[in-house]
Amino acid sequence: MDIIYMDNNATTKVAPEVLESMLPYLREWYGNASSMHSFGGSVGREIAAAREKVATLINADPGEIIFTSCGTESDSTAINAAIRSNPGKKHIITTRVEHPAIKNLYEYLAKNGYRVTWVPVDKEGVLDLDYLKGNISEDTAIVSVMWANNESGVVFPIDEIARTLRDQGIVFHSDAVQAVGKIPVDVKKTGLDMMSISGHKIHAPKGIGVLYVKKGTKFSPFMIGGHQERNRRGGTENVASIIGLGRASELAISHLEEIDTRVRALRDRLETGLLQKIPNALLNGKKDSRLPNTTNISFEYVEGEAILLMMDQLGICASSGSACTSGSLEPSHVLRAMGVPFTAAHGSIRFSLSTYNTVKEVDFVIENLPPIIERLRKMSPFWKEGACRLQ
Amino acid sequence: MWEYTDKVKDHFINPRNVGEIENPDGVGEVGSMACGDALKLTFKLDENKKIKEAKFQTFGCASAIASSSALTEMLIGKTLEEAQKITNDDIADYLGGLPKEKMHCSVLGRDALEKAIYCYRGDVEKEIDGNIVCECFGVTDKEIERAVRENRLKTIEEVTNYVKAGGGCENCHENIQKIIDDVYHTTADSAPVKKELTNIQKIRLIEETLEREIKPALQKDGGNIELIDVDGNRVQVKLIGTCATCKASQLTLKNYVEIRLQEMVSPDLIVEEVK
Repeated sequence: MDIIYMDNNATTKVAPEVLESMLPYLREWYGNASSMHSFGGSVGREIAAAREKVATLINADPGEIIFTSCGTESDSTAINAAIRSNPGKKHIITTRVEHPAIKNLYEYLAKNGYRVTWVPVDKEGVLDLDYLKGNISEDTAIVSVMWANNESGVVFPIDEIARTLRDQGIVFHSDAVQAVGKIPVDVKKTGLDMMSISGHKIHAPKGIGVLYVKKGTKFSPFMIGGHQERNRRGGTENVASIIGLGRASELAISHLEEIDTRVRALRDRLETGLLQKIPNALLNGKKDSRLPNTTNISFEYVEGEAILLMMDQLGICASSGSACTSGSLEPSHVLRAMGVPFTAAHGSIRFSLSTYNTVKEVDFVIENLPPIIERLRKMSPFWKEGACRLQ
Repeated sequence: MWEYTDKVKDHFINPRNVGEIENPDGVGEVGSMACGDALKLTFKLDENKKIKEAKFQTFGCASAIASSSALTEMLIGKTLEEAQKITNDDIADYLGGLPKEKMHCSVLGRDALEKAIYCYRGDVEKEIDGNIVCECFGVTDKEIERAVRENRLKTIEEVTNYVKAGGGCENCHENIQKIIDDVYHTTADSAPVKKELTNIQKIRLIEETLEREIKPALQKDGGNIELIDVDGNRVQVKLIGTCATCKASQLTLKNYVEIRLQEMVSPDLIVEEVK
């Protein structure tokens, strides 16, 4: 059975070009970049080249790039640096729809002496910018706003927030894990202080992340150890993955246009097809403010995990915001923050595409998902009411 | 991904006895869409008072569907006395086990069966028994105590896995711990600490939440809701239209309106209906 992979906001396939670029550093070039011999030293030069490629992707200077182990480490590092650099300030602003890497850390800080303002979103997942602006105070140490939401795909107004915060002495950090590689991200133009990137969301392997730290930003390391990453992140470099991420960054630049055109068209075809063929299906997220690869649809009267497992039988991979898929009993905090009723949130499915997807795959899903929903609805004690409502 | 047994997968992909029996001898409905799973069980007896036919309709995840399907298979051919002895563990065992986080699916089956048998015997449908401990999922102290006793549960996490209690806002965790302790004859008491909004902030936020999402949701089903008064943490509302006559209106109030207001406004709120 062929796998139809439409869960690229969860993780992506390692691009064959990326894997090829990595293999020599797993086979032959195993030297330590910190060594005095040229066998290790040449590895150091390749790391520097990869750093430049990553910097180019987001228009940063290579010196502003710190390699980490993942997006979560980047987030933790940024937040800890901001807090330790501003010990007198006890207020944090973030959103109600952040990834757990941010959300759970701020919840922890809220229990440990910090006041956290959680900026709401509206029913289309759009950030309440006035609320954010209205809560900025002299006590604010850091503002963390994700660049794009992983579940709804809604893109947040990072440029405008950066403009608002400029020259206020507040650190502005963005978790751009979902945005980088899918839409243009230019840190110089935007003017934010720190930004997190994850390798495995842009066709590099898992276990590699990046924290961008703008020149001149106060910083203190989270991982304390050796002098690597100019004393900002101790630990021997994950050489092969860094090289891979460099290659992935080059590919990401060259694929941006394709994502904006061909992948966007595939997403729209999938979305329109499903909404047309399946009654009582609702789109989650503001239609024209989303990442070009993401669609999140609620199918009323059915439960997400059941849909996912039925799709799994056909090799289709996607995600759900239902409670049953998360191991918790409540549906996704993102959908709840958007005010999606529990009844619809339980039946939400997110498809996230990549350049590897094809029209044939999209049409296969449009063909095969409606009968799955129909089958599950026939099993559901609530569906009759729904059918009546349609008349 | 959950580790489901082949039997769970089989009963999910090929569910047995899906549907609703016309003129059934017993009907049991449990759960709600807001909770994430619901089951309607119907059965018919033959002349020897054995269950001739059992059917289910389920809204829920794979293990909820599989548990319902398994239950109907287990019921057919049994007398009501035999059927009554089926426990949630029996349902899980029939399926070769369920992931511990999914045990509540088997409890759902047991509860529906119990209700269907009550229904057949013409017993007044059991009113909510005991006092609500978990407000998020509407679980009472009696239900928690029973689950703890029957399944020898030792931790809050296990209680959540079996009856969902404590799986939402977590405000009731200390109370659940107390029930567990009481069952095992040890006690520990302390009260949870909560924080407050000013009255005017609270009322505004309640009105806003009702207007923005609760009213539109109810209107979709031909009903509506009106805010009558806010007295401390008691939110008094009036149900209108189809909601006023709906049998499930108490579920709507507790499982949807109250949960949503607690989430958006304050976890202390209690929603009351004014006729």
